[in-house]
Amino acid sequence: MEQGDATAVAQVRAGNPDAFRVLVERHSHSVFRLAFRMTGNEHDAEDLVQETFLRAYRQIAKFDGRASFGTWLYRIAANCSLDLIRARKRRQEQQSVMDEEGQEIAAAAVADAPTPDRLAFSRELQQLLGPALERLSATERAAFVLRHYEGMCMEDIGKALGVHAGAAKHSVFRAVQKLRRALEPAVSSAKS
Amino acid sequence: MKHLEQEELILEYYGEQRDHQVHEHLESCQACRASFESLARVLNLMNEFHAPEPSADYGSRVWQRIAPELDRSPAAWWSGLAHWFEPRRLMAVGAMAALLLAAFLAGRVSQRRQQMAGLPAPVRERIMMVAVGEHLERSQMILVELVNNESKGPVDISSEQRRAEDLVSENRLYRQAALKSGDKAISSVLDELERVLLDIAHSPSKLDSAELEQVRQRIEANGILFKIRVVGSNLKEREKPPVSDPGAKSL
Repeated sequence: MEQGDATAVAQVRAGNPDAFRVLVERHSHSVFRLAFRMTGNEHDAEDLVQETFLRAYRQIAKFDGRASFGTWLYRIAANCSLDLIRARKRRQEQQSVMDEEGQEIAAAAVADAPTPDRLAFSRELQQLLGPALERLSATERAAFVLRHYEGMCMEDIGKALGVHAGAAKHSVFRAVQKLRRALEPAVSSAKS
Repeated sequence: MKHLEQEELILEYYGEQRDHQVHEHLESCQACRASFESLARVLNLMNEFHAPEPSADYGSRVWQRIAPELDRSPAAWWSGLAHWFEPRRLMAVGAMAALLLAAFLAGRVSQRRQQMAGLPAPVRERIMMVAVGEHLERSQMILVELVNNESKGPVDISSEQRRAEDLVSENRLYRQAALKSGDKAISSVLDELERVLLDIAHSPSKLDSAELEQVRQRIEANGILFKIRVVGSNLKEREKPPVSDPGAKSL
């Protein structure tokens, strides 16, 4: 654990909530990036950041210092994200717009694959990649984001998500398989 | 060597492939190399999924939003679990003892560990028993709800899942504490319970009747409910302070 984090954690545990501010200010950007990739929208990501820090504060006595504070925070963020994605999927199911229709939207995004020139435009890329990520289940998305963007090994992903490394690995495999299915047409057209 | 599976290519991409034969095969097999390059193109494309960069004062804004909610001392995180302790039990062990229980379970704060160590061993054990007993009761409720659910159509178990997720981390602490104290019977049941809770937490939240039946069978397969009841009943016996213990009367 970084010295600064260790000191702040010790102060918070000693009953000084203001010391938590150091941890919030130091880690909120990275937690936001993780949350955004998990949820795909800024509003949800901001809610997740707050929820993550509140949970971290309430559970700080459980932080054992074996992993860095940042890694521990990521685990909390990943679990908050799972809750939120699951809840969101439930809401979407209730509104009868998920799964098949959602996949159609994603498929349409891929079908309208940008040409190589258009691929240069980040905005359109987001429109392509966002729906592709939406096709993943909550666990697949969380596992993929932790592996691909956060560089966690399968074992750490398992720990973060509370599953065995093998299960984490299979979630990543399934996620990549779905992403390939969704994006390969676009990649091929960009290549040709 | 056979052509490589997609899983092997994915591990290779992420640098987690430890099988040297895979590296060698990739170098010599054009088809697999083409497949790997195709995979790499998709995954490289995913690098373009950027998160917006929050403003420089974002951390400060987050702090402003959450600070009003940090009114409770995290050192007293156990206070959020106060409902675990029924009034009569709370009276028996006292608020100070509950604080020390939290410190014992977390097992990290040496000062509190010393305070806990200052308590008579029977009191320490009773505190532990009360908390584990409550935990088992809450877990049992979830399992019973699932086992007794007789819905024919799709069932939404999201509420049970959320509760199971909450219980998993507590379960880990108790299991570790039981292991440390050498209580194999409790740690073994908690170990089994943890797997069942994780299983529930990671199931799909909407189950059809066949899936629900599978969950039911997994719960019933190892007789976990029976074991919980037996351990819970033993714990209740152990929670009772010895009649001749004057220290217990004073609490």
